[in-house]
Amino acid sequence: MDWGIKMEKTKVAQSEESISSGGANAVIGFKISDAIMMFIIVLLCATCVLPFIHVAAKSISGNTAVMSQSVYFWPKDITFDAFTRVFKDESMTRSMIFSVWVTLLFTFLGMFVCTCAAYPLSKKRLKGRPVITFLLMVPMYFTAGIIPSYILYYQLHILDTFWVLILPLIYSPYNMLIMKNYFQSTIPDSLEESAFLDGATNFQILWKIVLPLSKPILATLSLFYAVGRWNAYADNMYFTRSADLKMIQYKLYQLVASATEAQNASLADTGGVVQSTPEVLQAACIMFVTIPIIIIYPFLQKYFVQGTMIGAVKG
Amino acid sequence: MKNIKNSNEKAAVKTKVSWQSALKRDWQLYLLLLIPLILVIVFCYGAYPGLRMAFMDYKPAKGYAGSKWVGLNTFKKVFKDADFTRALRNSVAFNLLDLFVGFPMPIILALILNELRYKRFKKVSQTILYLPHFLSWAIIGSVALTMFKPSSGLVNIALMNANLIEQGIPFLNEKWHWAITYLLIGVWQGMGWGTILYLAAITGISGELYEAAMIDGANRWQRMLHITLPGIRSTIVTLLIMNLGRVMGSNLERLTALGNTQVKEFQYQLAVYIYQKGISNNKFSMATAVGLFQSVIGVALVLLSDRIAKKLGEDGLL
Repeated sequence: MDWGIKMEKTKVAQSEESISSGGANAVIGFKISDAIMMFIIVLLCATCVLPFIHVAAKSISGNTAVMSQSVYFWPKDITFDAFTRVFKDESMTRSMIFSVWVTLLFTFLGMFVCTCAAYPLSKKRLKGRPVITFLLMVPMYFTAGIIPSYILYYQLHILDTFWVLILPLIYSPYNMLIMKNYFQSTIPDSLEESAFLDGATNFQILWKIVLPLSKPILATLSLFYAVGRWNAYADNMYFTRSADLKMIQYKLYQLVASATEAQNASLADTGGVVQSTPEVLQAACIMFVTIPIIIIYPFLQKYFVQGTMIGAVKG
Repeated sequence: MKNIKNSNEKAAVKTKVSWQSALKRDWQLYLLLLIPLILVIVFCYGAYPGLRMAFMDYKPAKGYAGSKWVGLNTFKKVFKDADFTRALRNSVAFNLLDLFVGFPMPIILALILNELRYKRFKKVSQTILYLPHFLSWAIIGSVALTMFKPSSGLVNIALMNANLIEQGIPFLNEKWHWAITYLLIGVWQGMGWGTILYLAAITGISGELYEAAMIDGANRWQRMLHITLPGIRSTIVTLLIMNLGRVMGSNLERLTALGNTQVKEFQYQLAVYIYQKGISNNKFSMATAVGLFQSVIGVALVLLSDRIAKKLGEDGLL
């Protein structure tokens, strides 16, 4: 390498100093490269934060201020009218409560099914383990697709019911794999063997020894399930029609989509800006749906990173 | 010869437990496994027989029994369908662009994050950069609209106030602008979260390597290029394989949340095709055929890229 030659010319004293300061990233002093990198990161962070501050500012501003386009990142003529209207709109609040309920049940059942699959498969002694693992991993790579599923759900009479939002997705091969890897890598076999010799059954070992030792992964995977369910609405689009089965994300999507189409149509024939949903109200709806995630986000972020790392160990 | 036989027999004695004793000891474990197995058999494998619709002229009113088998005719019809070829072209083009633009971004970002020296700054910026991953496409789409509307979007207003443009840029309302906005929003959504696996891999690189390089006088850029990047190579390959499998994929939520009728020409991708033909127009056979095509190509791509990666001496995925 050509930097091998260059090295001889560099000052020895300098490199010694950087080594003594230790670590992989030790550099002498604050350099321009540090400033450039920090600038890039700050810029990217701004793209993640500013849009939401803008929408939040809009949602609590007065209608005229928003229409005159003078609201940027700070609200003007502060009013909570729009939020009051959103909360009074029964279909919005009902949809929100429905989403919470579906998410909670989904998470609970999902964790149950996941443990049922992951614990036995983490036992090397289990006879038939390779075959069962294979059967349970196939869905990760090959699914039949939307239409065959649609017909299947129709035949099972769960189309356009509450259950179609829960049952098809509660078993997740990906989450199962993470949990299985965790069991295998962190819970020593000897612990279970001694419990086994003391006469404990498999159920008792799982319930009293393995699960209490696995709290971090249980927290992480619960969040995977909960956030996944909370954010997804494609199945809502495909498999449900009834208004009372609309989860809040789907509701928001429809609301904004219809406002956009109305705007496009009116732009085409009048050239003016007429919208079916006033902008302030729309902003309030977006915030209504975003705030729950933003509130719990700092808490769940940590567990998410942890879970992804565990998955990466043997993913 | 005798030795081999002997050792084989020994191994057999060691591992072979009869089903009877296995069931006696572990019946509770099998009982637990029954629950996920039933779910997978009912909801995943149970849908496989429905794939025969792709080879039939399926009429919902007649059911499977009353519908005619047509062999590969549905596929022939699909490939002649102008809507399908457009959807296929758009899907492949946009997915490849997603891969080209979106795949390197988390790697670059991870390298930068790794070089940051203020721990607190690094932590806070990571938390912020992960945020878009936790938001649904409905939220991202509606916020994008608020930002990019030609007449009243924040970006356009700011640019107009700065006298940089006279008329709003139709970020989401003209197909070429839309293509770029769609891609960038995709990259933006995935870039922060995508760094996690790379950062995890970077922590696994031995600090001694860096120290040795520094004794040799390697600067920051050289260390990045010759130590960090090679150190995360297997992670890059694994993720590349997984992403290649998605070249045939298509995300209905992202497409519909960002799309509108004005950009139909580019927004019309396979997920939209299946949704409209299958669910809205009841053309079950055609939509099933397209779905099957998508799945088979997806699996084939994963297997192929895995094989190539192994040939190149990497670990591969499977």
